[in-house]
Amino acid sequence: MRYRLVALLSLLAWLAAPAAGHAAPPPQSPEIVRALADLAGDDADKREAAVTVIGQTRDPKWIRFLGALRDGSVYARSKAGATELVIGGTKATRGDQDVIDIASAYEQEPLGAVALTDLKEVPTDRRLRLAIKPFLDADETRAQLADSDPAVRQGAAVKLGNQADLAAVPTIEEALKKETDRWVRHALTEALGLIRLAHGKGDERTDAARTLGEIHSAAARDALGRLAGDPTASPAEREAATHAIRRLQRWSLLTTTVETLFQGASLASILLLMALGLAIVFGLMGVINMAHGELMALGAYATFVVQNWFRAALPDRLDLYFVAALPISFLVAAAVGLVMERGVIRFLYGRPLETLLLTWGASLIIQQGLRLWFGAANVDVASPSWLSGGYPVMVGVTLPYNRVFIICLATVSVAATYWLLFQSSAGLRIRAVTQNRAMSSCLGVRAGVVDATTFAFGAGLAGLAGCALTQIGNVGPSLGQNYIVDSFMVVVTGGVGKLAGTILAAAGLGGLTKGIEPTLGAVFGKVAILVGVILFLQRRPAGLFATRGRNAEA
Amino acid sequence: MAEISRRGFLKGSLAAGTALGAGLGFPNILRAQDTVKIGVLHSLSGTMAISEVSLRDVVLMAVEEINAKGGVMGKKIAPVVVDPASNWDLFAEKAKQLLLQEKVAVVFGCWTSVSRKSVLPVFENNNGLLFYPVQYEGEECSKNVFYTGATPNQQLIPGAEYLMSKEGGSYKKFYLLGTDYVFPRTANKILRAFLVAKGVPAANIEEEYTPFNHQDYQTIVGKIKRFSSGGGACVLSTINGDSNVPFYKEFGNQGLRSENAPIMAYSVAEDELRGMDTSALVGHLAAWNYFQSVENANNKKFVQAFKAYAKKANLPGGDKRVTDDPMEAAYFGVYIWKQAVEKAKSFDVDPVRKAVYGQTFAAPSGTIKMHEYNHHTYRPVLIGEIMKDGQFKIISRVKGTGPNGTVEPEPWSKYTSPDKGCDWVKHQGTYQKKA
Repeated sequence: MRYRLVALLSLLAWLAAPAAGHAAPPPQSPEIVRALADLAGDDADKREAAVTVIGQTRDPKWIRFLGALRDGSVYARSKAGATELVIGGTKATRGDQDVIDIASAYEQEPLGAVALTDLKEVPTDRRLRLAIKPFLDADETRAQLADSDPAVRQGAAVKLGNQADLAAVPTIEEALKKETDRWVRHALTEALGLIRLAHGKGDERTDAARTLGEIHSAAARDALGRLAGDPTASPAEREAATHAIRRLQRWSLLTTTVETLFQGASLASILLLMALGLAIVFGLMGVINMAHGELMALGAYATFVVQNWFRAALPDRLDLYFVAALPISFLVAAAVGLVMERGVIRFLYGRPLETLLLTWGASLIIQQGLRLWFGAANVDVASPSWLSGGYPVMVGVTLPYNRVFIICLATVSVAATYWLLFQSSAGLRIRAVTQNRAMSSCLGVRAGVVDATTFAFGAGLAGLAGCALTQIGNVGPSLGQNYIVDSFMVVVTGGVGKLAGTILAAAGLGGLTKGIEPTLGAVFGKVAILVGVILFLQRRPAGLFATRGRNAEA
Repeated sequence: MAEISRRGFLKGSLAAGTALGAGLGFPNILRAQDTVKIGVLHSLSGTMAISEVSLRDVVLMAVEEINAKGGVMGKKIAPVVVDPASNWDLFAEKAKQLLLQEKVAVVFGCWTSVSRKSVLPVFENNNGLLFYPVQYEGEECSKNVFYTGATPNQQLIPGAEYLMSKEGGSYKKFYLLGTDYVFPRTANKILRAFLVAKGVPAANIEEEYTPFNHQDYQTIVGKIKRFSSGGGACVLSTINGDSNVPFYKEFGNQGLRSENAPIMAYSVAEDELRGMDTSALVGHLAAWNYFQSVENANNKKFVQAFKAYAKKANLPGGDKRVTDDPMEAAYFGVYIWKQAVEKAKSFDVDPVRKAVYGQTFAAPSGTIKMHEYNHHTYRPVLIGEIMKDGQFKIISRVKGTGPNGTVEPEPWSKYTSPDKGCDWVKHQGTYQKKA
């Protein structure tokens, strides 16, 4: 069986094999000469056939010629009574004449500039372009398989697998021999399996089905399903296919679970990062900070500004801008927070409605300020290369770097906040002021300074969240409004004043959203979550972790 | 007697005041003979401002060009710009103001379908004239509106058709993804009907919506990934503005590539790409009637003129501004109106309306033609590939049956409403076709 396939393959090998190493037909064989003459003619059938003749030479130089033909830069000229095809280059105007640089069709040697009027363009219509496409594609795929970027090689391998073209086998085997990257090897093996599954017979197909099952190829599912239900296939083949499908199903369940868990964790980390600063300001100080979202926007814009600095001053270190942006966005938002607190909020402690209105006003001012300064349109914050793409942990699951990074950032922020509040002396003072302002003042704690630093720290965390969000979403003046509702939802659900509640609520809401989104869809998922939160707060108005005892406010 | 009577003084000052008022306060009344008012009804604030401000700019540029060449029938155009602030009720109110108080000859405006539906009764009850420049979901045929943007068969269907073609990659599975509002819902209804009519099994079509401003595309991209494994799958996207960057980013980050699963976007144009990090979008596709990269002398002139205008008028962005499909449609709308007025030799709505039918204009996208009876526009249909600089490389041009290879507009899609037509010459708007 295998020998028959090999024989068939060698018959077709010329289709895909690289020109080098094979005896390429002489560039000016009689067929080629006739094909070129046909191309210059008017007969559409003959022209299409001519493209096939030229393309089948697999000669890179002729392939390049076809590329030029597709782009409409091939011209015909009469030379010594015969028609010659040339490739046109740049056009220029000399005196009152338009001239064009031309080169020979095959060698692409420059032939000097001639007047455009002496040439006749060889037109390309859609039909001709369609005939040219497979030759250029095959050429392009081969080039991609040799690319230095593994992602490009993998993309080309996946494409070959999806096309399942028998002619591609030698190319894939060739590439497989040299390939060292695990995921490209996987894609190549998968492609080979898919081709054998589509074109092989008997044992060949059984083997392919088994291999595809072993490598958990999700792409093979449809083909395997067809084979399992194919009455003309042998029982062994059907058995192998059924077995492979079962394997794939088990694997798919596993990948979906892993994926959903990760997505939940990612959303939870984003919610947590956004809500953390709010939880501190709202929970510890009792200030309902409506400008929290705008402080995030400030952090995001700070990131944008830092990026532009790097672009202008250190273009070759551009990838590092984000590292610099993290502390800067924290500081910018913290400074604005400090100004807000010292400027106005401190006069309104204990008057929640007034602070609510005040911070809302502040949010409008910041928003409009951003709009005036940076314009109403979104600004572009590019992801550094180390945060683009993802890490494939297993077949079918890729974890995007930006999300992994945000999970880490949220973890670090929470750890730092805990340390600050419960391990450091500053935290001791904050907790003292929160619990009993008058008594701590008596004992020499400067309540004003504590208030200012706490508020600035909360604002800084918002800035940090804004910086992280630039890697996920848009940066625009209304960025804050998109996130403020979610932030409040997390804090209120968690229970005001309790950091643990905020963390648990973020995890719960994130996980729940991602758990129900696949079945309900994004729109109804959101509705369901809001209804769930409302019902929950009906049962437990104080949230997950209610403040009890003497500190509980009325 | 030298004594000034009280009454005389009052009379005198009143007369002086009136004269002063007429001279300073009401210059329009004095100059009414040599100007004609037109209305510009685009949101200059609120969520839609990002898109609509550019349309105001380009309409004002067209007005300036026309005025510089002597105006319309010897009259200078005086544009009245109002701001409906992305508020649908305010759209109707401002439209009323333009028609009844300002008495404008024509209005150029609206972007979203909601805003258009909101002003429609105002224009129909007061017999006004509106030029609407944005691609939309069709299923409308108003006597008082000229639609210069694409109908579904001039954008939605050709985009899907391209992906189904051999040249486009012979895709067989379609993921219809949109923001949850009227245009994507109707667009996907039409696309689904089209795909089913072309023999795509229902199992190969997936439909999904997200709320406005949706940012978390993890789940959806995961679904697309599973949907596209095995190849032959593509995404037809009517995702609106803001949500596109997170979507494309997530798409790339989860390892999906445009070669294997391309996204055909119907709502992403050059102007939206201005504020985006385009690296994640490169290689994906879009279907429009015009791209800034169209090569012809008219377009070159148009693009340069707009950049110069933006710089001169000190618009934000200056000469880095770009042109796109709705802007082109808004621009040539002004010229179509001018030509129709000159043909009708009148500024009245009814004669102008009749004169618009069949008007042609050498627009930046090529020579376009107003339809003979259905109030829409013959336009060329192009497929473009997104490039790094936020521009599009034109990779395919649909061969239409209209003049100059344009595609004839069909306000009622033949896939969802085969029995309906739109005709204001032989019928009264929407009519039932005979079986």
